[in-house]
Amino acid sequence: MENQNTPTPSELKTEEFVVNIGPQHPATHGVLRIEATLDGEIVKDILPHLGYIHRGIEKMTESLGYKQSIFLTSRMDYLSAHINNHACSLAIEKAAQIEVPARAKAIRIIMDELQRLTSHELWWGSCAMDIGAVTPFFLAFRDRERILEIFEANTGNRLTMNYIVPGGVMNDVLPDFVPNLRALIKSIKDYRKEYDQLVTGNFIFQHRTQGIGILTKEQAISLGCTGPTARASGLSCDIRKLYPYDGYEKLDFEEVIDYGCDNWARYVVRMEEMKQSIHIIEQVLDNFPTGEYRTKLKGVLKLPAGEYYQRVETARGELGVYVISDGGAKPYRMKFRTPCYSNLGAVKPISVGLKIADLMANMATIDLVIPDMDR
Amino acid sequence: MIQFSDITAWIHQLLLSFMAPWLAFGTELVLAGVAVLVVLLICVIIMVYMERKVAGHMQLRNGPNRVGWHGIFQVIADVIKLLLKESFVPNRADKLLFNLAPCLALCVSLIALAPIFWGPGLVMWDTNIGILFITAISSMGVIGILMAGWSSNNKYSLMGAMRSGAQIVSYELSAGLSIVTAVALAGTLSTSGIIDSQANGWWILKGHIPAFFAFIIYVIASTAECNRAPFDLAEAESELTAGYHTEYSGMQFGIFYLNEYINMGVVSMIAATLFLGGWHPFVLPFDFPIVHAFNDFMNLKFMETWPVWISWISLAWPLMWFLGKMFLIIFFMMWFRWTFPRLRIDQLLKLEWKYLLPLSIVNLVFAALLIVLGLIF
Repeated sequence: MENQNTPTPSELKTEEFVVNIGPQHPATHGVLRIEATLDGEIVKDILPHLGYIHRGIEKMTESLGYKQSIFLTSRMDYLSAHINNHACSLAIEKAAQIEVPARAKAIRIIMDELQRLTSHELWWGSCAMDIGAVTPFFLAFRDRERILEIFEANTGNRLTMNYIVPGGVMNDVLPDFVPNLRALIKSIKDYRKEYDQLVTGNFIFQHRTQGIGILTKEQAISLGCTGPTARASGLSCDIRKLYPYDGYEKLDFEEVIDYGCDNWARYVVRMEEMKQSIHIIEQVLDNFPTGEYRTKLKGVLKLPAGEYYQRVETARGELGVYVISDGGAKPYRMKFRTPCYSNLGAVKPISVGLKIADLMANMATIDLVIPDMDR
Repeated sequence: MIQFSDITAWIHQLLLSFMAPWLAFGTELVLAGVAVLVVLLICVIIMVYMERKVAGHMQLRNGPNRVGWHGIFQVIADVIKLLLKESFVPNRADKLLFNLAPCLALCVSLIALAPIFWGPGLVMWDTNIGILFITAISSMGVIGILMAGWSSNNKYSLMGAMRSGAQIVSYELSAGLSIVTAVALAGTLSTSGIIDSQANGWWILKGHIPAFFAFIIYVIASTAECNRAPFDLAEAESELTAGYHTEYSGMQFGIFYLNEYINMGVVSMIAATLFLGGWHPFVLPFDFPIVHAFNDFMNLKFMETWPVWISWISLAWPLMWFLGKMFLIIFFMMWFRWTFPRLRIDQLLKLEWKYLLPLSIVNLVFAALLIVLGLIF
């Protein structure tokens, strides 16, 4: 006799369960909490929870002078500190109509691109680590260290530089800045071969990234993705090309666009961007201007009443600084449109239906920096 | 020349002179167990130190270099730290299974050592089903991991344990099939028989292509069976924090750690026994006078005329070869770990079921064909 109580395969239920990934988890690289609904290994739903490192930076700027608010921006995306400073300085300069000396502009571009290199190098290491290889992280830190040494010598800091200020840069660069940088660029070019040997050409790495985490162009646009994440989906969104600032229009570089839409495309875009950054630095170094490094400003800077917006391209995407001034010495409101906050939205659509290991790979290639989301 | 069997026979006679035979047998068992455990623990200490140094030098750093000369006492310091830490049991864990799991995992990997020859006559249990025994016992290792994952009452642990279960059960097949290839070549299941069959050349040299492929497949599959990177899905750090041993602390974690290294040691010993001639030194399977001279030299034939007290040195020679082969394979496993990214679970299973398993079946058939046609040395 057949047992009537035996469930048929369609009646057999699997139960979904919720896993909290974070706030302390090796893959989130910070205090992001992701509430993931899993069916076995497969990701069914993702709910990111923010706010674990919210410091109220936007509100704090309202009680600080314009020059002082620069220092807070370094703490947003700590891997793009120079570029954040640059964005805020540009917004203030635009409002106060300050002319920046040519040397300051050149230094700013060099620092921005070096910062992009450090950021992408760190991303390269941590991305490989999220996919399971530990060794690339150490190689990345070796090369990043060299650039940080240049930052340390010229700006006095390694992580939160506060070097680019309204009117120019804080100090002039050291006399040996240009030769040191040329030597550094030469060694970076050599090191990049090791990157390709260890990770890019690796069979397992390619299989872990190719065809995984598809973010279509339409999704990238509707989610407000920017930076390498969107450019890997074929969206042209490089602010350095679309809305050039501080002399990017005079430089010869390519906007790296890939149409692969997957993790591999995002990897390739970032690797190519590092090449372009090196190319930009070389061009600026060839015509490094002399002269003033900063326009003298008044002690207390007052902006004319009105609304000002300035955007720049950070290592992760578009950073917008929106300043409302009521004519006083402090901003009425300062709003930052940070790239990671928008890019975080892409994690869910590209990860649902994939394995949990792919979720980590997706988060790694989107390159999330948690303090940048929370501000 | 003096042999290990002379020493064991002497100990046996000594014990029999003042003990009942059953008591002497029991004492010998305990002595052999303690001896193997001590040698094994020394090997594990070397392995842990080696792993940290290999990792360090691959990652542009020096590895441990503070405790003792070049950090050689680092492992001992770590063990002391682990022993002094509290072994914490989570609130709603299954206490019995939670405490049992590390012991079970360790026992299984220790039992698998029984039929392994460390040198000529240096074995705990010379049985005619040695290899079968090893394969049977090492399949039980997964139970300890499943127990740990289940009893921890932690979702990460559970997922790690489930992955580990799927992985070990799958990779056992191709590991087993490559073992069978070696068994077919040697024509015996006993470890001593397999080692004796390689006295005139290692299987990897005289077994043509099938032995070579079987060796490669065995190393890959055993890396997966040990849960070592790139197959370390059971403890995938970036996904599952620490996998099945997330909730373990103190020496209970230490036992899992120890177990990983003992497992590595066991699989490398099996690989060395099956394919690299066990304790046999490197000899060439060719019939030329110069090759004979070389083989005699490698087998220390020139020592036979020496006084007995000098030939004591020759005891270390096979042991050195055996441990050398073991550490060579372990070095390769470390090299994998610090170079490759991790596979995904479906890629891992695909690698086994779609590539390694068919390949090892074809390899086995090919080996059988060669044996039937008499094409091996």
